[in-house]
Amino acid sequence: MSNTYTEEDLARNLEVQEYKYGFTSDFKSDTIPVGLDEDVIRLISSKKEEPEWLLEKRLQAYRAWTTMKEPDWAHVNYEKPDFQAISYYSAPGQTKKYESWDDVDPEMKETMKKLGISMEEQQRLTGTAVDFVVDSVSVATSFKKKLGELGIIFCSFSEAVENHPELVKKYMGTVVPHTDNFYAALNSAVFTDGSFCYIPKGVRCPMELSTYFRINEGGTGQFERTLVVADEGSYVSYLEGCTAPMRDENQLHAAVVELIALDDAEIKYSTVQNWYPGNKDGVGGVFNFVTKRGLCERNAKISWTQVETGSAVTWKYPSCVLKGDNSIGEFYSVAVTNNFQQADTGSKMVHLGKNTSSTIISKGISAGESQNTYRGLVQIHAGAENARNRSECDSLLLSDRSGAHTFPYIECKNSSARVEHEATTSKIGEDQIFYCQQRGIDSEKAIGLIVNGYCKEVLNHMPMEFAVEAQKLLEISLENSVG
Amino acid sequence: MLTIKNLHASVEEGHEILKGLNLGVKAGEVHAIMGPNGSGKSTLASVLAGKDGYEVTGGSVDFDGVDLLDLEAEDRAKEGLFLAFQYPVEIPGVSNINFLRTAINEIREYRKEDKMSAKDFLAKVKTASNLVELDSKLASRAVNVGFSGGEKKRNEIFQMAMLEPKLAILDETDSGLDIDALRIVSEGVNKLRSEGRSIILITHYQRLLEYIQPDFVHVLNDGKIIKTGTKELALELEEKGYDWINEEIAQ
Repeated sequence: MSNTYTEEDLARNLEVQEYKYGFTSDFKSDTIPVGLDEDVIRLISSKKEEPEWLLEKRLQAYRAWTTMKEPDWAHVNYEKPDFQAISYYSAPGQTKKYESWDDVDPEMKETMKKLGISMEEQQRLTGTAVDFVVDSVSVATSFKKKLGELGIIFCSFSEAVENHPELVKKYMGTVVPHTDNFYAALNSAVFTDGSFCYIPKGVRCPMELSTYFRINEGGTGQFERTLVVADEGSYVSYLEGCTAPMRDENQLHAAVVELIALDDAEIKYSTVQNWYPGNKDGVGGVFNFVTKRGLCERNAKISWTQVETGSAVTWKYPSCVLKGDNSIGEFYSVAVTNNFQQADTGSKMVHLGKNTSSTIISKGISAGESQNTYRGLVQIHAGAENARNRSECDSLLLSDRSGAHTFPYIECKNSSARVEHEATTSKIGEDQIFYCQQRGIDSEKAIGLIVNGYCKEVLNHMPMEFAVEAQKLLEISLENSVG
Repeated sequence: MLTIKNLHASVEEGHEILKGLNLGVKAGEVHAIMGPNGSGKSTLASVLAGKDGYEVTGGSVDFDGVDLLDLEAEDRAKEGLFLAFQYPVEIPGVSNINFLRTAINEIREYRKEDKMSAKDFLAKVKTASNLVELDSKLASRAVNVGFSGGEKKRNEIFQMAMLEPKLAILDETDSGLDIDALRIVSEGVNKLRSEGRSIILITHYQRLLEYIQPDFVHVLNDGKIIKTGTKELALELEEKGYDWINEEIAQ
């Protein structure tokens, strides 16, 4: 592949691509042909007008990636993606998911209605909004002004590279090095955009930071990169994702999220993941292979809360490296799998500092023919005096054909550590459902009620509004799943 | 209110439990059903409430003009049938309040009524919990989780007071209660007696009937009602056991 493209090359490649995937999306000229090599990476970098140091990082990551193997230890089965069949760059905002509101899948409209999403919002999410943009821009502007006054930086990753290169250069790849794993390496080589957030010393961010506010600026990409830096003594609550169903034509998503909490800082990171899970027969759906990790310095705290209902295959372990003394790591998770979905998710808590403590609360719910796995590692290093961990992993089975699996690993090299692990597996009780029915609550609503009760401990850690949406999402994800 | 004609029902494995049961309950009446273990008392309660695992093989049940057997379990509840469970079920993480609010609003929606306002609902919770001396803390705790046996039974009557059914079936509500709890539960039930509400008491013991005076007492044996009388019948049963009825019938 040559470094220079002619319009003709592009047109030809696009034709091939369209044929291959049956796309009808409105592609502009800013999509590059499928395949991956160093030239493609140079092209991505040049299209994004990146500085030389970033290109160098990408190339290093790419070279590392070529020597790595796709991990196969997770309890999931899927056909491995062909990495040479993917186009690694498509300028954001150029692809329109639907031509008009009438083209939007009625099932999706119905789901959004059930979620209580406003009409304007529904149109924006499906990319069919026309006059909502003005409104959204004004909301985002007043929001940014407020943050700016406090010195908080919240922007797309590309903007950060351009306007705050010193911060990006200093922190990017320090928590998730490109050599970390196959997908992290791939992401580090080809990421196109993402989010960046910096909270200055001693500042308490007065509002939940949500990618919602900058969705028009970029949208979510296939290889997203998020970097959140909370400087000494600062606090931020960050929301990722959206409860609305995301019908994405990208099958493979490999994101990297890095959190850095400096001394006395706190980061609360909440996620709702609702990518397309494939149809009822297990055809289609997103592969979600994410690397999320946070680093805690002295007295710092990082708290991950996630509600995962989407994707055909999920491979995701939000983790904390408790480097500083007295630092705290938390992981609260609800993972729902239905039909033929597979999820292998959990957390890693790495205790390095003294008096570090961590909590893992994981709730898995399996319905249909799905497989739901908790995989966790609690690692207490030799220097971690008085480290403490409590893990609680519960599995709830809604069907006889689904599976729940738990793989907890504990590595302890310091005898003063206290590590507790509890695990339970239960089947949703027919007697519980009948009890609800006898009080006038139909079985579907009963399951929603019971499941929400089961997840309460996790949902309680989410910001209020997000939790309410997540609750509705759980109910919708489990519709028609009794049996 | 309730007319059961020649009801036959089996458990799913095919074993017949109810073998031609007849029972008529008018509005405002209290009927007690007594009988030895395995006579079909709890099966009758389950079949009427629409629990899975039973198959009705014959007969009919008319509930205030509706074919009860034709309805899903939740719709029977919405029509005004309430079952106080012998073994109330625990639902972790779901507060009693949230549970009942959902139930009440589902029932109101079915009857094409507006949702109950938070104010009315809370006022009702207060009245209903006072009725069975239920600690208001229990009302906001998860449904039956960590409740003592007596608290669970009181919670059933509390729910009955909240849902205001037309027909309440109390399945061995007296079992496992100490004398004080039995008195509290019974007084609660008595206060809920009204002209428009019928009650079926399923019990082993005459003791409950000292507190809740029934209009009729029926003896259920081998899936059929074999004798009907007034509350004196219960006393006679207490004294002589069930065998004398069988002997009487044999003669």
